[in-house]
Order: sequence, then structure tokens, then C-alpha cells
Amino acid sequence: MSVPVIMFFACAALAVLGAVLLILAREPIHSALALVLVMMSLAVLYVLLGAEFVAAVQIIVYAGAIMVLFVFVIMLLNAGVEERTDFSKFAKYAGLPFAFFLLLLMAHWLWRAPAGAVIASGPGAATQAISTRGLSTQLFREYLFPFEATSILILIAILGALVLARKNE
Amino acid sequence: MSVVPVSYYLVLSAILFGLGVVAFVFKRNIITIFMAIELMLNAVNLAFVAFARAHGQLDGLVFVFFVIVVAAAEAAVGLAIIITIMHNRQTLNVERINLLKF
Repeated sequence: MSVPVIMFFACAALAVLGAVLLILAREPIHSALALVLVMMSLAVLYVLLGAEFVAAVQIIVYAGAIMVLFVFVIMLLNAGVEERTDFSKFAKYAGLPFAFFLLLLMAHWLWRAPAGAVIASGPGAATQAISTRGLSTQLFREYLFPFEATSILILIAILGALVLARKNE
Repeated sequence: MSVVPVSYYLVLSAILFGLGVVAFVFKRNIITIFMAIELMLNAVNLAFVAFARAHGQLDGLVFVFFVIVVAAAEAAVGLAIIITIMHNRQTLNVERINLLKF
């Protein structure tokens, strides 16, 4: 057991713990904090995978901007303890077998994935191919058009949010 | 230099995605359901990065970048919709938002 392996298992455990807490928490604000925990652990995992830029974006955009937006809306709407209601019969009798089937399908695919595929861990092991420099080159050459399209998408999202959230006069 | 197999990352990604589905189905608060969607997106991102690392290609990282951007746009619009729902129906419980339910 070396340091990257221990780091992987620690962060994986933290991420799963955060996801479970998200499900178990009754208050939305607790769920939001659990989700921040998941995102932080995932950022550490990205660093372990040698993707530093994605890790930084994960923290700044996901754990920073998006989760602040969530917390802000929770505060704004004064969202308290959620009520428990009964599940529909359909969910009870069809959902459980379907979830089991989905689990089997995923296990099957993971089993068939090449088990020999082994990757080096740690930022020092990052090859040239996966560096931030290469990412920017790829982003601004091959994916320039999608990149510009996302800016329009963001603009539309801002306008949509403004239109939706304004007071009806 | 020690190594972590890529399948470990994929298993973690699958577990997180599964927990996201569970949260999506079981939670009753519309904000928490929205968070479950974000959790699933995060799980998919982890799989993308792991595959990008395993194959030594950058396209996976670019996809992650786009997923994060689209998630940000989605969060802005989705939360605005949630605020509108709260104004119109005074509840966040999805069981009570049943106008289109037959």
C-alpha cells in the first residue's frame, strides 16, 4: 500500500460517505454540504489521475459556484425538513427489480472491462499527453466550435433564469 | 511508483452513479432531487477522466469540461424553475406538484 493507493481509498470512502449522507439527510442544506464533500473528494481523485486543470475547475465551478447557488436557493426558499410520503405501488413493485437489473448490467459491463488496464497515479506520473497544455490546445483547436457554442448556451441560461425568476407583474 | 487500476475508478464511478439514482428516486424535496442529478453528473465525470487517463487521450477531459459548463447552465435554469414552482405552489415536495399527473 503506497501513498496514492491509500489516498484513492480514503477519497473514495469520503465520496461514498458523502453520497450516502446526501440520501439520509432530512434537511436540504445537509444534503448540499454532503454533496460538497463528494465534489471535494472527486477533485482529489482528479489530481491523483493527473488531471490538475479538471480538479481546479471542479473546485471552482462545482464546489464553488454551483453549490453556492444551491445553498443560496435553499436559504431563499427557507427549505426545511422534507416530508415523507408513501411510494407509489409502481415504484415498489417495478422499481426494485429494475434497479436490480440495472445493477447486474453494470456489474456485467465492469466485469468485461479490460482488467489489465492499469494507470500510473500521482501528479508526477502525468504524461505529456494529459497535461493542461495539451488540454488547452485540444480545446481551442479541435473543440473550438463547441467551446464557442457553450458561451451562447451560458448566455441563454442567464436569460432564461432571469425570465423565470422575475416577479410576475 | 504504485498504480491504481482504472477499474477501481470505474467501480467508484458506478457506485456514485447508483447512489445518485437512489437519491433521485427516494428523495421528495425537489432541490435534493436536483442535487442527485449533479451527483450523477459527477460520477460520469470521474469515469471520463479515468478513461482519458487510461487511454492517454485528452478528449475525455474536454468532455468533462463541457459537462461542467452545461451543468452550470442547467443549475441556473433549474433553480430558477424551482423558485417559480415555490412561488406558484408554495411547496417543494414533488408529491404535491402533480398538476400534470393522471
